[in-house]
Amino acid sequence: MAQLGDLERSIMDALWASESPLTATELQESLEAGSAGVSGKQLAVTTVLTVLSRLEHKGLVVRDRAVRPHLYRASSSHADHTAELMHEILGASSDRSEVLARFLGQVSPEEAATLRGLLNSPPRDSGLSA
Amino acid sequence: MIVASVLLAALAVALAWPVPARLSRAAWPARAPGTALVVWQSIALTGGLSMIGSLLLFGLSAYGDDPITAVDALVSVTLAGRLPVGATIFQIGSLTFAFLLAGHLVLNLAATFIRTERQRRRHLDLVALLSDPVPGEPRTRRLDHAAPVAYCLPGAFRSVTVLSDGLLALLDENELRAVIEHERAHLQQQHALVLLSFRSWGNALPWFPIAHLAEIAVEALVEFIADDKAREVVDGRQLASAIAIIGSSGSTSGGPPDVDSPAADLRVDTRVATTRIKRLIDGPPQLSSSSRVAIRAAAAALLLTPAAVLLSLIMVA
Repeated sequence: MAQLGDLERSIMDALWASESPLTATELQESLEAGSAGVSGKQLAVTTVLTVLSRLEHKGLVVRDRAVRPHLYRASSSHADHTAELMHEILGASSDRSEVLARFLGQVSPEEAATLRGLLNSPPRDSGLSA
Repeated sequence: MIVASVLLAALAVALAWPVPARLSRAAWPARAPGTALVVWQSIALTGGLSMIGSLLLFGLSAYGDDPITAVDALVSVTLAGRLPVGATIFQIGSLTFAFLLAGHLVLNLAATFIRTERQRRRHLDLVALLSDPVPGEPRTRRLDHAAPVAYCLPGAFRSVTVLSDGLLALLDENELRAVIEHERAHLQQQHALVLLSFRSWGNALPWFPIAHLAEIAVEALVEFIADDKAREVVDGRQLASAIAIIGSSGSTSGGPPDVDSPAADLRVDTRVATTRIKRLIDGPPQLSSSSRVAIRAAAAALLLTPAAVLLSLIMVA
């Protein structure tokens, strides 16, 4: 599973790096080139296709079925995905983010000022241990 | 049965407002957060059970003089497609409402669970693509983002702690260790499940201000518990320092403070970060173990009350 996960990651990175949609064979070639001598293992096109359909199922990859062979591209850019993730993490969405436990939730500006005061009472460590 | 129904209704009303309102203002929960969490769970469960139990008993009183005869009669009379002789609209309405309320609460819990699970999967997929493992720290990943955030995602097999580059840049090694231990404590103690139940309760009863009060109180308690757990391994001052640094960095707030929240109305102390730091640095000592045992016993007794009332009705009959 971990290896499949790594492969998903490499494929997404390749799709994000590419300016145009890619075929499975092109992806396999670019991955082989990228990891030459690292894994030493041959990557079968069928494996790439399996991972691509998993990614498509997850909504991360869009497949163009109108052409042969099928073309694949990332559903959103790396930056958009990061933005989606951060949006969820920071709980900026209207409904509370219910999946994760943040180390520190939202801090109001007044409270942030209080905390800054705690830190600035010199020096940092003794300021807190006082 | 009417008397028992009134007793349970009184218990439900007490647990719906005065008891939780007092508990949320009490000072002792910060000194025994684990015990306080047990009390909140007992209040929520008992409150729900007494409310439904009271409605049920009142409705069933139309069908018989003790619960068992009444349930028998309910089944046979209803299957025959009739209403019992002399039943009032209040009794039938009460019975119907009991079933609707119970179904509503259970379905809402299930829906919250499913929605959360879906969000969690999606989030894990994104994390796997956008973050890198932290060498030497199992199940910990770093996310390339400037905002200083740390959080954990629970999962039966794939739980993970995520730290952002912004956080790594702000904290020294000891403070980072403290943050990681805090998040691990959340994961180990299944805090996500507790929070999920209370959130579901809050979502199911939006007109019930106390449900949100409970949610806020429980969120803070869970943080205290994780802080205490982390403090067993790291210096509490390092943890306090991490909280102050992240909290004062300003970029943790996702938006303006929510002044219209129920917490603001009820004047609950929502300054959790400050409270956590105070607890870690020179907080009052933990509540004595005898007090904690007594409080937990009371919470257990409370939870057994609705069942005891029902059982006594059956025994008497």
